[in-house]
Parts: sequence; C-alpha cells; structure tokens
Amino acid sequence: MTLLGQFCLWLALFTALWGAGAAFLGRPEARPDLARTAIRSTYGLAAALVVAALCLWKGLFAHDFNIEYVAQYTSRNLPTSYVFAAFWAGQKGSLLFWAGILSLFGAAAQGLTSRRHAALLPYVAAVTNLVVAFFVITMLFAANPFERLLFTPEDGRGLNPQLQNPGMTIHPPMLYLGYISITIPFAFAVAALLSKRLDTGWIHAMRKWTILSWLFLSAGITLGMWWAYVELGWGGYWSWDPVENASLLPWLTMTAFLHSVMIQEKRGMLKRWNVGLIVASFLLSIFGTFITRSGIIASVHSFTQGSVGAFFLVFLVLSAVLSFALLYVRWPLLEPEGQLESMASREAAFLFNNLALVGIAFSVLWGTLFPIISEAVRGTKITVGPPFFNRVNVPLGLFLLALTGIGPLIAWRKASAQNLQRQFIAPVTTGLVVLVSLLAAGIREGWALTAWALAGFVAGTVVQEFWRGVRARRRMHGESLPAALAHLVARNRRRYGGYVVHVGILTYMVAFAGLAFKVTREVTLSPGQTAELRSPYGHTYQLTHLGVSQYNQLNRFVSAASLEVKRDGVGIGRLTSEKRQHRDSFGRNTFEPSTEVGIRSDLREDLYVVYAGSVGGTDQATYALTINPLVMWVWLGGAILIVGGLMTMWPGGAMITSRRRSETQAGYEAPLVGAGVAE
Amino acid sequence: MRAGTKFAIGALVIVAGVAGLIATGVKETGVYFLTPTELMARTRADSTFHDVGIKVGAKVVPGSVRREQNARTIDFRVTDGSSEFPVTYTGLVPDTFTDASNIEVIVEGKYGRDGVFHATEVLAKCGSRYESEIKKSGKA
Repeated sequence: MTLLGQFCLWLALFTALWGAGAAFLGRPEARPDLARTAIRSTYGLAAALVVAALCLWKGLFAHDFNIEYVAQYTSRNLPTSYVFAAFWAGQKGSLLFWAGILSLFGAAAQGLTSRRHAALLPYVAAVTNLVVAFFVITMLFAANPFERLLFTPEDGRGLNPQLQNPGMTIHPPMLYLGYISITIPFAFAVAALLSKRLDTGWIHAMRKWTILSWLFLSAGITLGMWWAYVELGWGGYWSWDPVENASLLPWLTMTAFLHSVMIQEKRGMLKRWNVGLIVASFLLSIFGTFITRSGIIASVHSFTQGSVGAFFLVFLVLSAVLSFALLYVRWPLLEPEGQLESMASREAAFLFNNLALVGIAFSVLWGTLFPIISEAVRGTKITVGPPFFNRVNVPLGLFLLALTGIGPLIAWRKASAQNLQRQFIAPVTTGLVVLVSLLAAGIREGWALTAWALAGFVAGTVVQEFWRGVRARRRMHGESLPAALAHLVARNRRRYGGYVVHVGILTYMVAFAGLAFKVTREVTLSPGQTAELRSPYGHTYQLTHLGVSQYNQLNRFVSAASLEVKRDGVGIGRLTSEKRQHRDSFGRNTFEPSTEVGIRSDLREDLYVVYAGSVGGTDQATYALTINPLVMWVWLGGAILIVGGLMTMWPGGAMITSRRRSETQAGYEAPLVGAGVAE
Repeated sequence: MRAGTKFAIGALVIVAGVAGLIATGVKETGVYFLTPTELMARTRADSTFHDVGIKVGAKVVPGSVRREQNARTIDFRVTDGSSEFPVTYTGLVPDTFTDASNIEVIVEGKYGRDGVFHATEVLAKCGSRYESEIKKSGKA
C-alpha cells in the first residue's frame, strides 16, 4: 500500500508539472490542444492524490504500525472515528490532505466554471497545479506520510488526547478547507492578470469560491473556539494564540474582499486593491499553515510542529514576489473606471470597512510576529499577549460594527439628506433604546455598553431592510407575509444572505462583550465543603465538592471530581471535571495528563468547572471555577453566520449584481431606496 | 473639497489610529522574553528590570519542584544551563507541568529584588518524549 501511495505522489508531481508546463509554455490562446492538456491534467492530478489518500487511510485502519505515521498517531485501542481523523492529526497527513483537497477543488473549478470564462481556465489549472506540486514536493522530500520504520512496534503511540474530541475531527479539516479553497480565487486572479482579461469576468467566475472559502474559514474558526473552550480548560475560547491569529488573518482579508468586490462590480473601482486582497489572502493562508507547521512561534498548537518550515518559507516568498511582480506589470491595465463622488456614499462606507479590516489584520500580524520583529530590530525578544490584541482590536472591531450598520443604509454614489434621514431614524433609535435600557439596568462597562448599543443599531438596520422589502412586495404583488419574505430572499440571495451574516457578526460581538463580566475563582475543597460564586446576573451559585473517583475507561485512566450545584438555593444538577491519563493497549502511559472540563450552559451564562488536581492524593480537590456570560451566543452567532453564507451561495435565483454594469449604474437611484420596489 | 481628498483625510485618521493603537499597545503591554542568562545580565546592569514584566523561557531543574500543603503554591528552580534562579508561583499549573525531567517552561512575572522570580503565569511544554523514542530506536 505504501508503495502504491508513494507511486501516486510521484505521478501527481509529474502530472501537476506537466499540466502547468502545458499551460504556460503552450500559450493556450494559440494552442487549444495544450490548453486541453492543462485542463485535463487537473483531473488526473486529483485522481492520483485520491488514491494516495486512500492508501494512507488503508494503512491507518489496518493498524500497520510499520508505517511511521500510523505508529505515531494511532494505537490499537483508539476509537474508530479518531483513526479516521488521525489522517490530519499530524503534519505529513495534513500535507496530503491539503494537496488532495486542493487537487479536487482545482478539478471542480475546471468542471464547474461556465464556458464563458474558458480562456482563463488553462491558467487557473497552471496555478492550482503548481500549488499542489509544492505540497507534493514537500511530502516527497521532507515529510513523507508513507515512510516505513525499520521495525514494527507492537502498538502505536496513539492520538494526542487533546485531539480526541469530536470537535477536533471537524475543526482542522474545516479550517484547512478554508485555507485551501482560497487558492481557487487566487488562481483566477493570476489567470486574469496573465491573460490580460481584466474585466469583471474573472470575478464572476470565482465569486462563489470566495464565499465558500470564507464560510469554511468562519466555520473552522468557530469550531476552533469551541474546541479550545471545552478541551483546553483555561476558561475561554480565544487566547490570541499565534495559530488562532493565523486563521483570523485570511478571514479578515477575505471579508474585506467580499465587500470591496461589490464596488468593483458596481462602479469599476478598486481593481488593484481587490487583486491585492486576493493575493494577500492566499499568502496569509500559506502563512497560516506555515505558522502552524513550523512552530516558529510558541503556541498551544505546538503538537503540530514539524520540519517543513523552510519549504513553506521559500514557497511563501516565491509566491509573494511572483504575484506582486505580475500585479505591478499589469498595473496600467487596472485603471479605475469611476471615482468616489461623496463621503456620504456606500462606497465610502465600504472603503472605511476595508481599511478597518486590513488595519485589524495588520495589527494582528504585527502582534503575532512582534517577538521575531523585535529580536531582529532591537536584539531583544519582546512578546505581546491578549492585553495588546484586545486594546487594539476592541476599538477597531466596534468601529467595524458601526460600519456594518451604516453600510447597508447609505446610498451608492451620493446619499441625499432625505435618504439619510429616512434610513437612519429607526435603527439609531433602536441602538439608543438598547443603550438606555442597559444603563437603567445598572451596567456601566463602557466597551460592553458601546458594543451592545451598536449591536442594537445593526439589528435595527437588518430588520428595517427586511421589513421594507417585504412591504414593497406585498404592495406590488399582493403576497402574504411568508410568501413575500421567501420571494424577497430568493430573488436577491446575495443581499439578504449578507444581512443574515451581519446578524451573525453582531451576535458574536454581543457575546464577546459578555467577557467583560467574567467571574473566576480558584478554590480547594474537602468533600462536603461548599464554594460560592456570584454571577453577573445577581444569582448565587453554591458548589459542593462531592469527592474524587478514579477508574479505567476505554484507553485512559480517569480521576473525576464532582460538584453538586445549586443556584439561589435550588439544585440544578451535578458537574464533573476529569483528569485523564491516556494509556496504550499495554497499559503504559502515553502523553501528559489532560483535563476534561465540566460545563453547564444556558443562554445567559456558562458555569465552567476545571478539576486542577487533588491535594496529596486525598479527596481534597482544587478547582478553577468560572462564570462565562453569553458564551452560548458565540456558537449561535457562528450558526447564523453559516446560514447567511449558505443563503448567498445557494445556486439559482436572479442575482441583481450579475447584471451588466452599465444597467446597474444607470438605474442605481431606484433600487437603493427600497430594494423590493426595484425588483 | 473633493470627495477623494476627504476620504484620504479619513483614511489617514484611521491609519494613524491603528498605528497609534499598535505603538501604545506594544509600549504598555509588551513583555520582555529572555533567557535566564540574559535576565541576570540585564538586572545586574539596570536594577529597574526588577520592576517590569518579563517572560523567561527555561528548563525546570530536575527535583527542584516543591509544592506547598494547599497545592496551589509551587516553588521550583529554572535554568538554561549557565544561569539558575528560583521561581515561586501561586495558582494552577498546567497538566504538562510534572516532576519529570526535561520540562521546558515559560514563566511570566517579575524578577524580584529578593532574587526570586514571582510568576503570575506558568506555561509548560514537554518535548514529545515518545516521538523522540521512536525516532531514536526506529531510524538509523
């Protein structure tokens, strides 16, 4: 099996290079036969890598511990679902996963793109092939998943217990799918530059890919937060860890792109900026993989470190130099067709939104790399942590939240005073009502108040937009309320899906602001002793230590400590937190002990209990107790965001934005006042 | 004034704001990351280093870990091979902090004038032992 896998890797490498060579050297416009070769090579490439992946899975399920990767990441007593997920638990498997998925995406991009954009496709094939080739080269020369050992261990090492969590079976692939799918828009951007077809064609051809990768990134990041929250046991879901930051960076630039591309479609502006954002997103996705895989910056993800850092660095620099050089050469062809006409316009709001997003991305990148920068420049390593990131990003994030509300309300080109008044009264009132009621409730935290008031404002804008659209449809077509709503959304999925995404974002912000009211306490309790915790809502939790029990379970030895929980004197159940020492099938300890957190969630707050250890092996236990307000809303925000993203992507339906630009420009004043009327 | 100019001014304000936030953020929350030897040299040269927040990456001296009765205060010594100093910490230590040899830690806190490092945070990293075992025995 490893021989076949190995062979498939070499086959993939030659197919990829052959296809790329055919596209580049054969000048597709002149040689249609070579163009077809390039396109077909993507299918061959995908097939070769799928077979290679199946070979690795075969080895994993067969417990063939002679394969180093299998011995390293699985053991006989590892549950089956984790054997499956062990494919991407380590570096070598992750590289194969990357290459395989990218080759599938590359082939899908060839198969699914409309014939109208056929001229771009050979170049797209060349770019995706080259990126796949890089990963295959890295595997073949530095991190081969099919490498065999000189002997066969009786049992494997097993999977790191922190990775033995249901979230962990889907969080890394989701994030990787996000990282990987950015390559497709990047390939289209490079193809447009190379072929000099720089009208909006390439943007239409790859638009859904940008939303897709943004969705995967969003889902991956949210699942990562959930994993950190339930598995790492430090009481939070986001610690500004380098690897977390690395996943946020392309998300920010992609978010910026999804907004600024609308200006290009409608007004022919920002062409250079948009190409720049796509290139930057691609580079950041490689950078994210590099940070994760190289261990260049100490991180909670240190179990993913490996030896391929140098390969990634070279690839990163090479891609950056080549892409920006190409952009520079084509610079004159990317002349803007329109210009900003007023500060009171949607264009201006989007431009500020882009600046804020890129500003956040820059500050996160700067903070993440600061240990390296400061060491290089001043000879001393200086690190910055969560206080830095919060300080910089809380104000920027709130500015962005405000723009989330302003953008959809303001007209393209130039908004009239009348338009502004008509659009802003209800949402601003909503925000003020929220602010006043929170003040009346006695809340005095400045940042949290601002966040919640702005969230009220944004919610007001979304409701107003939906309401006006529905009302217009009912008037025009005499439809019932649900029918009007359904038709409204179906006829303009991108717009209304986008609003739903905004609701997801404001839900996140509401949840993040809740962190200002976090309560933590560390206690040591004998059995029967009780600790008290006061929640920000004014409840009193009483937690009574019951005792510590120890037992064997599946592939681990467990010490579990339990607390009886009462809220305001009423029993609400029992919380258990465990320390787990994982063992292989011979009873030998593997890995360091890990912690299972006890969590009790509702919509208002989470009670989060960590058993930190017993005192000298007695029944006396030390606990870290935390009340995390509004955490549930983070997960809800993620779900809303994904629903909204899927709405914008759903195939079919009339897309107002895909009309020819001349039409939309001429007819602009009408749709902006009441979208429903213009339909 | 043209809209483009107005926007440029607005953009400058944002860029300056971001730059300002980053600069003050680094200044006020930045923490030195030093090895024990560097820390010793710096505190000898400049005694104000006793008052600023510092992170030190080092190895725990085997056998030096001592836990207080309540299990929440822990004393140990760290070294980088040439310099060594004691650390005291009250709080929960991570699962990876064990008495085994070769534990790498990052301690954050202040190096007091009493010659003891008062840690506010302890991060432990255990170099994947098993992994190196396989490598050692498995491959020539």
